[in-house]
Amino acid sequence: MTDAPAVSNPISFDPGRSVSAGSKIYLYTSMIIIAAIVIVPLLTTALGGFKTLGDLRGDPFGLPREWQWSNYGDILFSQRYWLQMGNSLLIACLTVFLTLLCGAMAAFTFAHVKFFGSGFLLNYFLLGLMFPAATAILPLFIRVRDLGLLDTYWGVVLPQVAFGMGMSILLFRNYFRNLPSELFDAAFVDGAGYLRFFWYVSLPLSRPIIATVGIIAFVGSWNSYLLPLIMLNSEGKYPWPLGIMVYKGEFATDWQLVLAFITLTILPTIIVFFLAQKHIIAGLTAGAVK
Amino acid sequence: MSQATSVPIAGSRPYRAPATRRSRSATSGLRWPVLVLFLPPALLLFTIFVVLPMGEAAWYSFYNWSGYGLPTQWVGFKNYGFVFANSAFRQALINNGLIIVISVLVQVPLALWLATMVTSKISGAVGFRLIFFLPYVLADVAAGMIWRFVYDGDFGLVAGIAHLFNVDSIYPIADKNLAIYAILGVVVWKYFGFHMMLFIAGLQAIDKQVLEAAEIDGATPRQKFFHVTLPLLGSTVRLSIFFAIVGSLQLFDMVMPLTGGGPFNATQTMVTFLYSFGVMRMQVGFGSAVGVILFIICVTMAFGYKRIFMKND
Repeated sequence: MTDAPAVSNPISFDPGRSVSAGSKIYLYTSMIIIAAIVIVPLLTTALGGFKTLGDLRGDPFGLPREWQWSNYGDILFSQRYWLQMGNSLLIACLTVFLTLLCGAMAAFTFAHVKFFGSGFLLNYFLLGLMFPAATAILPLFIRVRDLGLLDTYWGVVLPQVAFGMGMSILLFRNYFRNLPSELFDAAFVDGAGYLRFFWYVSLPLSRPIIATVGIIAFVGSWNSYLLPLIMLNSEGKYPWPLGIMVYKGEFATDWQLVLAFITLTILPTIIVFFLAQKHIIAGLTAGAVK
Repeated sequence: MSQATSVPIAGSRPYRAPATRRSRSATSGLRWPVLVLFLPPALLLFTIFVVLPMGEAAWYSFYNWSGYGLPTQWVGFKNYGFVFANSAFRQALINNGLIIVISVLVQVPLALWLATMVTSKISGAVGFRLIFFLPYVLADVAAGMIWRFVYDGDFGLVAGIAHLFNVDSIYPIADKNLAIYAILGVVVWKYFGFHMMLFIAGLQAIDKQVLEAAEIDGATPRQKFFHVTLPLLGSTVRLSIFFAIVGSLQLFDMVMPLTGGGPFNATQTMVTFLYSFGVMRMQVGFGSAVGVILFIICVTMAFGYKRIFMKND
């Protein structure tokens, strides 16, 4: 209930009726036009990376007259591409790990432990859901600077984890509460405390929700731009959304290089999306449907 | 849920069974380790990096401060006065409003239309679903960058289209009258897939028998949609509009690579304004005032909307 809304379920909405030929034409035409509007910018970006600038100027739509593999090759053999992808990956993994750990632990206490002020404290966290991260960006910058975390990965990771806390606690708590209560009774009869119950019973049973929260945290961090922009100064630490902006700044009108660079930076996202589309769609819509 | 309710005594409050209560009191001494170990990490992080900065934003907004030392120069509400007197900020407010209007009037209906199509019983529908969702998965920065190329009047697709029709090329994002509409196009392109997924989930939750009944009564597909499906989707539509509004107010990442708020501040949003006038110039008081205004607008709209439109959902 909490983890997988039937979004990616391929069962069609109106199974009783078969579609008439006329409406089939209408459906396919409409969908193909919209799909083209989605795909054409992406495709021309990827193809543009293979062109020369002159080729691009004359004919942005067509196939390259001569395939300039070196546009892509030079980037793939450059250090900056791998460095910024590595930075993004590191920041995202740290964010996911801490979000899962802190979120699951806090949600566990909200779901299973009765204590004074529990309801109040939960609402305190849920306040974070309403809250646009940008509003407090200046005080946040000063806080991170005063903690000496400016221009470190932690300066990006910790605020990201903090801003994701409301959503992950909400998702985890709802899931934990719906685990069968007999488990809890049985564990206590066997003499397990809360800590062992959390580690040996709750967590192993929570794989779907761990995946959901993990995906939300990972995608958010991987695509994040504002926080790294404000917290990081040295280019060596830039994740890819910042790197792409620097690259565009350097090669301003050499669109063929910029296009190759954009293509290579979004390629991992697209590959992972098509490999794990079911989980990603379910994960990214779960937060909303809740 | 289903597992919990299968035990009658547990009902909706699973841990109230007498046996549980007894075992709990026997182990109640062990509640403290879990509270001391499990709560503080989340609580500390959230307080330090979310709640305190928000409070500080309210505090700093009353000072003229460069961010070094302690804020001492109290200026009262002057920063707020400066913000509203700034024509770029007023433009940002108009732009955010425009983004909300387009999101609600174009994006949400488009998403609903597509959702009804990709849930119809034709082959390839699932593939189209994936394609439509793809822009949402891409980072805003990447989408902005791609569309900057599309809108480039010399090398981009706009140039190519102009070339096809043998007319002079246009430069949408360099033109201060066109730029905001160019951005609106990208907003719709980027986010309709997300709303479509919400509607797909909503459509799948509708009882098929209701539609069959309407069909037996001789309803046309159009009547079925407007008189059966749409009313039943009410809560999803309201949810979708809610996300469109909240998201629109925070638009930033996509605007930066496209225009950076230019030309002549024509495409500023509240957050790009906050960035270019508050953060870039390290005007902490002024920027915090913008943040507080943004916060108040977001919270008022979110709560107001929920109160008025979503009270039964």
